[in-house]
Parts: sequence; C-alpha cells; structure tokens
Amino acid sequence: MNWLTEVQWSPYAVGIGIGVLSWFTWLISQKPLGCSTSFARTAGMIEKLFRGQKVETKPYYQEVKPVVDWQWMLVLGMILGALISSLLSGDFTWQWIPAQWAAAFGTNVPMRLAVALMGGILLGFGARWAGGCTSGHGIGGTMQLAVSSWISAICFFIGGIIMAQLIFYVFA
Amino acid sequence: MTGKPTLAWGFLFGVVFGFLLQKGGVTRYDVIIGQLLLQNFAVLKIMLSAVVTGMIGIHLMKSLGWISLNPKSGSWGKNVIGGLIFGLGFALLGYCPGTIAGAIGNGYLDAAVGGLAGILLGSGLFAAAYPRLKDGILQKGYFGNLTLPGLFKVNEWVVIPPLSVIIVAVLYLIERAGL
Repeated sequence: MNWLTEVQWSPYAVGIGIGVLSWFTWLISQKPLGCSTSFARTAGMIEKLFRGQKVETKPYYQEVKPVVDWQWMLVLGMILGALISSLLSGDFTWQWIPAQWAAAFGTNVPMRLAVALMGGILLGFGARWAGGCTSGHGIGGTMQLAVSSWISAICFFIGGIIMAQLIFYVFA
Repeated sequence: MTGKPTLAWGFLFGVVFGFLLQKGGVTRYDVIIGQLLLQNFAVLKIMLSAVVTGMIGIHLMKSLGWISLNPKSGSWGKNVIGGLIFGLGFALLGYCPGTIAGAIGNGYLDAAVGGLAGILLGSGLFAAAYPRLKDGILQKGYFGNLTLPGLFKVNEWVVIPPLSVIIVAVLYLIERAGL
C-alpha cells in the first residue's frame, strides 16, 4: 500500500481517478462534480444568522437555497479527504505563506491574507456570475460537453494567466 | 440504476475527490500559480485526463439509458464575464473553490482564513447584486443548455472520439515540451 503514503501521484492517475469518480457521482447520485454553489449556500446561511428569515426571500437565495445539500457535503468531505491524504504522506503542514509567494513578496502574513481575501471575493463573485467554478464548469460541465462550461473554463484560464503575469512579472 | 443524491454519498465522494486533489498536488498555491504562469502543467493534465475519462463513461451510461445528463445553460454575458472575473481571483488567491477545501485539509492557513472569507463574501455580494444583473448582462447572448453536439447538430458519438484524440494530442505535446 505504498501508493497511499506517496506525497504525489502522476497527474494522469489523479485525473483518471477523478473521471472514474464522476461516473459514480452520476450513477449513484445523479450529480456532476461541482463545488462553488456550496459557498453561496453557506454565505446565505451566515447572512441568515445576522438578518434572520428574510434572507430567504432574496431572489438569489430563492434559486440557491441556503441549506446543506449533496454538493455541500461533497465539499465538506473534500477537507477530510485532503487531510487524510496529507497525513498519510507526511505532507500536512500548518502554513501561512506559500513558498512561491514568499519568494516574490516575502513573509508578511497580513499582506498575503489581504491579497487572498481580495482574490477570494473575485473568485466567489465570478463563480456565481459564471454559474460554476473549475470543478463545476471545468470538469463536471466540460465532460457533459456543455458549451457554457467550455467557454467558462477557457475564460477562467485567460483571466488567471493575465493576472498571474501581472502579479509575478509586473508587481513583484 | 439511478439513485437519490443522498448526503452520505456526497460526503463519501468528497473524501475521494479531496484525497485525489491532494495527491495531485493541486491543493498547493505553488502548483496553481505554476500553471497560470505556464511553468507547470499539472492542473491542466489532471483536468483534461479527468474530462476524457469522465466524458466517455458518462455518455456511455447515458446512451445505455442509465442516467440523464444536465448541462448548465449559459450566455456570453454570463460565462465570458463571470469566467474572466473568476480567473482574476483564481490567480490572486492561488486556490479555486474546490481546491481550497483541499488546501484547508492540508493545513494552509491563507486558504482557511483569507481565501475562505473572501469566497463567502464574494458569493454574498453576488447574491445582493443578482436582482440588477439577472435580466440584463446575464442574459446577453443567451444560448441555453446547448452542448457541443447540439451546436454542430450531430450525435454526441460524432464529437466524443475526435475530442478525445485532440485532448490526448494536447497532453502529448505538453509532455514533449517538458512542461
């Protein structure tokens, strides 16, 4: 069982594994892989804590109800799955600053957190605008041959490549 | 052959998905940024091999009548603009909504503190902006739940073999370029 404790697998083994996993999510649960809607549901649940039931009358939360559903449990399970994998291989570490960030911008934690927060806001906003993320459009939707998903996935990378060049070759 | 989307199955599939993403290295900021800087193509290798494998399997099950698919509807205003906004955030954060769950399990605190709060905030902001967007920009160039076979007006099995060959060829070229 050495493969369970390896730090990294071939990307093709991982990709084929995710492809096979998606056969079973369809067969057993009638669902594609996807993640980002769960963050919108969670945002609604948090808003409900502060503003009460009336949050549910918002048009967006009428369509995307602030409840725990199949995909929400999927995302929760992902945290555990990654934890198990990283503990088995000894790759688990508490880390504030990723190495490549530190090499370009140093080890200032508040600065990294501020940029991560800004990135997260754009990511969450953009995922809801596009109706999916790198999982829901990029994997779950493209394999269904959905035109909306292929366009979205290509635009994720166009936007990402432009911003990464700006961050590391202009700002750094 | 089809069942209900029960929560327990969702959780179990999530454990497998998170495990695989961690083993693929894509729970790491450095790997995502390496892809967006076009230095390390692990993200694309994983995505494309998942798409080929998944595409063949789920369409086979569809043709056998075991499942029915549910492609998302879209529009130019929705998918291009939303996709580009997402991409900008993707590079700033260095995680996506799926890999951030894995990154949290991996112990990465910039994901758990800054990134997670940001995604929740961004999702909430979109919910607030939604009434002003939904009948305007999100409908611009609406094409519904169109698929590639629908676009070309052919059977899906006319699209799947050549698309699989193209994806495998792209992966071969990436390997040959040493990326």
